[in-house]
Amino acid sequence: MSDSAVASTDELRDGVSGFAQDWAADKQAFHSPWGKAMMWIFLLSDTFIFTCFLTSYMKVRMTTTVPWPNTSEVFSLTVFGENVPLLLIAIMTFILISSSGTMAMAVTQGYRRNRKAVVWLMGATALFGASFVGMQAFEWSKLIEDGVRPWGNPMGAAQFGAAFFMITGFHGMHVSAGVIYLTYIAIKVGKGDYDRSGNYEAVEIAGLYWHFVDLVWVFIFAFFYLW
Amino acid sequence: MSDSEGQQHPISVYLWIWLLLFVLSAFSYAVDYMQLQGMLRWSLILIFMVLKAGFIVAIFMHMVWERMSLALAILMPPLVLLVLIGLMAIEADYTFMSRLTFFSS
Repeated sequence: MSDSAVASTDELRDGVSGFAQDWAADKQAFHSPWGKAMMWIFLLSDTFIFTCFLTSYMKVRMTTTVPWPNTSEVFSLTVFGENVPLLLIAIMTFILISSSGTMAMAVTQGYRRNRKAVVWLMGATALFGASFVGMQAFEWSKLIEDGVRPWGNPMGAAQFGAAFFMITGFHGMHVSAGVIYLTYIAIKVGKGDYDRSGNYEAVEIAGLYWHFVDLVWVFIFAFFYLW
Repeated sequence: MSDSEGQQHPISVYLWIWLLLFVLSAFSYAVDYMQLQGMLRWSLILIFMVLKAGFIVAIFMHMVWERMSLALAILMPPLVLLVLIGLMAIEADYTFMSRLTFFSS
């Protein structure tokens, strides 16, 4: 409603002048579908949560006088008798990036109205996500077997376990929620709901969430596993 | 609505970024695999991380094609987190020094 009023009185400008125009008066600020703006604002709040986790991890790691466990060794896997550092984590990283690619493809196919392609690509994305969670469960059980607990571990600083379970657990929860969310949207696509309503925005919005989960992993990978 | 047509961009853009993300991930993994240490390790980790994060947000999440008001509303607030990180780093340094002074025997 307000949108049409704006459009009739004033053309939308781009860049800095457009930025000033959008915020200049009591009217609609975001000229995008409301669902997309809301998803972005939710992701912004999620950014703050994950940053708080990573910052507290930084703080306990900086303050401990006991050496931090060497993640390169803790997360190594033995393949054919050879010890490969961080192997599982590297595979998980590549799986998540693959899923981001299939999701981006799903969004483009959505706007081209290729219903079948969208269902397949979103299904593949959800499967990648599910396999990521499976590998994380494997990793958790391996570490628990090695004696890592939230209050201590045999390899070094006691805070390692708390940081590991908290950060990867919260991220894994996001991936699991994403798998359910993507499956739900894929089913709606398959039933033709968005062909009837005439827009595939829901696919793009689900894509935003999924890319964010991948984005968070980029930071966890850098700060927790590689640092 | 300025983008009632939605975000339509050539598929090749996505494929290139996808490939780039794979390469950058391989580079970050190589940092650990080659056991680089010290400043070189940390700076390489940060560079690859920022590049990956940037491409995901800009291209996969379409931020370069969004209007400036949305981009600034989403990208500016996280800057205060840098203040938090800075304050916590100073605090952590102080705590570490106190622990060295009072708890090491």
